[in-house]
Amino acid sequence: MSTLAADVLRATGEHVIIVAISVIVAIIAGVPLGIWCVRRAAAGRAALRLVDAIQTIPSLALFGLLIPIPFIGGIGMRTAIVALILYSLLPIVRNTVIGIRGVDAGVREAGVAMGFTPRQLLFEVELPLAMPSIVAGIRIATVTGIGVATIAAAIGGGGLGTLIFRGVAMVDTRLMLAGAAPAAVLAIVADVVMTAVERRLER
Amino acid sequence: MASSIEMSDVTVEPMVRNIDLRIAAGEAVAFIGRSGAGKTTSLRLINGLVTPASGEVRIDGVALAKTDLIALRRRTGYIIQSSGLFPHRTVLRNVATIPRLLGWDDVRIRDAAAPLLDRLGLPFAKFASRYPRSLSGGEQQRVGIARAMIARPSILLCDEPFGALDPIVRRELQEGFCAIREEGNTTIVFVTHDLAEAMRVAERVVVFDGGCIVADTPARELPRSDAAVVRQLVAAASLPS
Repeated sequence: MSTLAADVLRATGEHVIIVAISVIVAIIAGVPLGIWCVRRAAAGRAALRLVDAIQTIPSLALFGLLIPIPFIGGIGMRTAIVALILYSLLPIVRNTVIGIRGVDAGVREAGVAMGFTPRQLLFEVELPLAMPSIVAGIRIATVTGIGVATIAAAIGGGGLGTLIFRGVAMVDTRLMLAGAAPAAVLAIVADVVMTAVERRLER
Repeated sequence: MASSIEMSDVTVEPMVRNIDLRIAAGEAVAFIGRSGAGKTTSLRLINGLVTPASGEVRIDGVALAKTDLIALRRRTGYIIQSSGLFPHRTVLRNVATIPRLLGWDDVRIRDAAAPLLDRLGLPFAKFASRYPRSLSGGEQQRVGIARAMIARPSILLCDEPFGALDPIVRRELQEGFCAIREEGNTTIVFVTHDLAEAMRVAERVVVFDGGCIVADTPARELPRSDAAVVRQLVAAASLPS
């Protein structure tokens, strides 16, 4: 195998790992946060606004803001993952909120009236019915994450961005494409697969 | 076992004011009145979906505030106009909701659900594994009735369950409802603004207006009621001559 092919393979692997870790952590944090936002209307609005504000920070600026922070910052993959988690939070939290709020009032009331505990209502009615929306949020987080992760190379985060930046520095189109094309393919594949999952859930 | 229901001086601003009502165990009562008269709020007081601002609701003599609401609701059937069926669950799983909460096994659920659905005109073999969205409005309401009645509730609360159905299906369902009611030992409260429906499903009619009870009469005497709302409802429902 040529060195370039080996580089592309390793960078793709890194890229997938960075995005996967970030999205998984964002799901673990974001879905409960979304549920909490629905339960506490006022605090929930504030939390959503905060998550929304994070999303509006340009990605390179967010990396810049994180680097000086002790423990989570610095140069390298860890900072990249923290930034990606923060970015992934908004679509997941927001879609969890939208999904649960979208549950038909009559359906929810029927559940309460038949003697579901709040917990049973959440797990047997609200979350299953919100699932297509939540999966849509995870899809958006994943696709966005794959894009933002290419920029993470600028702060030594690794991944396919490394090849793109190196290609730019060396004015080597082949090298740029070796990073850009797999990143685009990853994003498209993630989108197609998760859209299919969403459709299945909607039935 | 059917339960008795009592309300003493119950107020929920701004919907109902100073409601006093006693419903004996096993009685079938219709609440009638115009939209916004307080019928639905009064119904929802009975299973604690609405909490009174003042006054007390008692089931079998025990104040609702001191009752385990979850347990009460599991022995209370609840049927609403929008059916409230779980769209992500099959007909059988919908009907099995309360039995599952009560811990029945699958065989017992099936043995109870099959004859009930059959009697409501939904052959078990054909309908059990279908999803609500593939059913007509009338079929969904039938599933709603089966779901409310399967565990032999001690109270059955109905909020205009047939309101969105055409008159023929409506009549069919009233008959199906009455037939199933006959064998159960249940106290029934049935909200409707249809006088004929009230007379068919209930033996006693309580008339609401502006959040208060304005008349309380045996069902067969309803047409002779002198309550202004009843006369308006009768006039509005009559065919042009």
